[in-house]
Amino acid sequence: MRLYWIALAVAAVAAVFAPTVLYPVFLMKALCFALFACAFNLLLGYVGLLSFGHAAFFGFAAYATGHAAKVWGWNPEFAVLAGTAVATGLGLAFGALAIRRQGIYFAMITLALAQMVYFFSLQAPFTHGEDGIQAIPRGELFGLFDLRNTETMYFFVLAVFAGGLWLIWRTVHSPFGQVLKAIRENEQRAVSLGYKVDHYKLTAFVMSAALSGLAGSVKALVFQLASLTDVHWHTSGEVVLMTLLGGMGTVLGPVVGAFLVVTVQNYFATFGAWVTIIQGVIFVVVVLLFRRGIVGELNALWLRLRRRSVPAATTPPAAARPGVEPAAHEPPPRKRRVGEGS
Amino acid sequence: MRLASGVLGAVFLLSAGPAAAQGISNDVVKLGVLNDQSGVYADLAGQGSVVAAQMAVEDFGGTVLGKTIQVVSADHQNKPDVGSSVANQWIDTEQVDAIVDVPTSSVALAIQEITRRKNVAHLNSTAATTDLTGKACSPTAVHYTYDTYALANGTGRALVQQGGDTWFFITADYAFGHNLEQNTAEAVKKAGGKVVGAVRAPFPNNDFSSFLLQAQASQAKVIGLANAGGDTINSIKQAREFGITQAGQRLAGLLVFLSDIHSLGLETTQGLTLTTGFYWDKDDETREWSKRWAERMNGRMPTMVQAGVYSVVMHYLNAIKAAGTDDAKTVVAKMKEMPINDFFAKNARIRQDGRMVHDMYLVQVKGPQESKGAWDYYNILRTIPGDEAFMPMEAGNCPLVQEAATKNGQPAGGAR
Repeated sequence: MRLYWIALAVAAVAAVFAPTVLYPVFLMKALCFALFACAFNLLLGYVGLLSFGHAAFFGFAAYATGHAAKVWGWNPEFAVLAGTAVATGLGLAFGALAIRRQGIYFAMITLALAQMVYFFSLQAPFTHGEDGIQAIPRGELFGLFDLRNTETMYFFVLAVFAGGLWLIWRTVHSPFGQVLKAIRENEQRAVSLGYKVDHYKLTAFVMSAALSGLAGSVKALVFQLASLTDVHWHTSGEVVLMTLLGGMGTVLGPVVGAFLVVTVQNYFATFGAWVTIIQGVIFVVVVLLFRRGIVGELNALWLRLRRRSVPAATTPPAAARPGVEPAAHEPPPRKRRVGEGS
Repeated sequence: MRLASGVLGAVFLLSAGPAAAQGISNDVVKLGVLNDQSGVYADLAGQGSVVAAQMAVEDFGGTVLGKTIQVVSADHQNKPDVGSSVANQWIDTEQVDAIVDVPTSSVALAIQEITRRKNVAHLNSTAATTDLTGKACSPTAVHYTYDTYALANGTGRALVQQGGDTWFFITADYAFGHNLEQNTAEAVKKAGGKVVGAVRAPFPNNDFSSFLLQAQASQAKVIGLANAGGDTINSIKQAREFGITQAGQRLAGLLVFLSDIHSLGLETTQGLTLTTGFYWDKDDETREWSKRWAERMNGRMPTMVQAGVYSVVMHYLNAIKAAGTDDAKTVVAKMKEMPINDFFAKNARIRQDGRMVHDMYLVQVKGPQESKGAWDYYNILRTIPGDEAFMPMEAGNCPLVQEAATKNGQPAGGAR
């Protein structure tokens, strides 16, 4: 337990000092995508639903925020809330339709609905078609913090990210989260136990959509633009890639995956055409060599090491509280293969 | 390395405030070529633009005012967020002084905002949108090679004058397509032609058969393709399969590049009429430059935007030399003062709104038997004088022009 607090403290210190070492705009982008991937993972990793339309929430929330901030002149906090609210509404509508089907059909329905959002964004006058909404003002948060300052903006993004991650962590480790995992493992059994599976699925879907929307809204402020790229199905594919690379069903996996993908996109941009090839190679390697994803493999390795050291230790810490704490950080049992459905 | 660049960035930020307007900042002039190197625009700009920029730097002598000139490049993957984070990073931590090329309107408009805010030059050759010199115009930006208006207007007007006076449009159903159709239709009507119909095709689209049949049934003399990239290629191919061009209707490509003709082949594209800002086989000067470029590009010939990159980089470096500084506002103002005379353009100038005005050419694609060899693709039908080709400055509503006009108490007019 103490180890986690230390790790958390280290992460917090690293996050605070990161912008002095790394380029802040890059960090903000990575954090936005990390939150997006975590939100997506809530659905894929913990409910076992592969949505292929999450770009719709991410991108459309960006448009909503951009429009609210630029045309209506709303403060950033309200603009972000507006984006999140729009994504929540979309999530409710999409979820209500899509959760009636499983597996590949679920994925196809979400994809189809997301494509509708894409074409709507392409046509609707307020999105400015392929030009996108440009020069979105960042404004002043609560009228106090000037977000035009890159540092301030970074800490705003960091706070939103930390809040989102905390919410996901709480959800996953709550009784509600346990039911979600039960649905993932065996839906029929969850039904037979008396859980209203559809309600749980829909709630998880809406949460995931809302958090994706939050990530998209913040991203619109970071880059001061909202464009078709964000609602395009490529973005839906990218978030799947991030989640699988980092390790689905782990809280931190998508964060690692998102940082990896964004790093490749940003720092390797000078390699020109090689960017997409490098991305592809990394994906193939992950699928072939470590299917649990980076964090998933590290977790498994950690557990294996600990299990080996348990007989040697005089006071086994894990054995004292059998199953309760470690179970929370264990990777989920791999019944489904990683590549399935993607 | 990252630590170092971070510290440098911090130092740079601190010193950026009261920047001196004299001399070369950071002892280097750095050009960042930002374009699509893996997607749909990789052939028409891509690596070829990077090579063109490097050639310009070498031909200039590698140094300006005693400081080295460097070229860096990156792939923006046609994503505005990738483009803007690369641009921000270049400017904040790598002291890039000018961002060059930038295809894809959404990315170009994002770069326009960043370069305006951070006082860095934006030398755009490949983006098509007229907004860059219209409502989004910036005192640090130049839009060099072409825009949708020049292509649409040139082709529309010239074809009517040649007897193609009835038009039917196949339009990609989004803002860009609508805009292109509208610009062309206006030009057609102004020249005395008639638009007999138009159909909106979804974007992107693979099957143009029903739209082409409507176009055929309309019996219009000219079918205008108000689309771009893959859509243009598909519609041209399918028009050929339906025998539309063979039956006497003419296809007008409103956004077609030499590289598109090369990949489609003359068999498919023959007879297509289009407007271009540059053709490699126009005269001795263009041939001389293009062959030098081709040597580095495995024998390919440059598109207008690649040639434009060379020309704008050369002009930019000359302006730095003349101005004695690399401060973007000063240099771009200087670029607007100096006329351009090179293989790419003759007696051309950059207007107050950043629009480079030069002659455009109406060309028709040769038939396979007419063509004498690889890359011998165009017959030049007509030279369109710059003032006729580009949108008049007053029509663009560029705030810079209006400001200047009110300040001087004069009506908006050309820089000279």
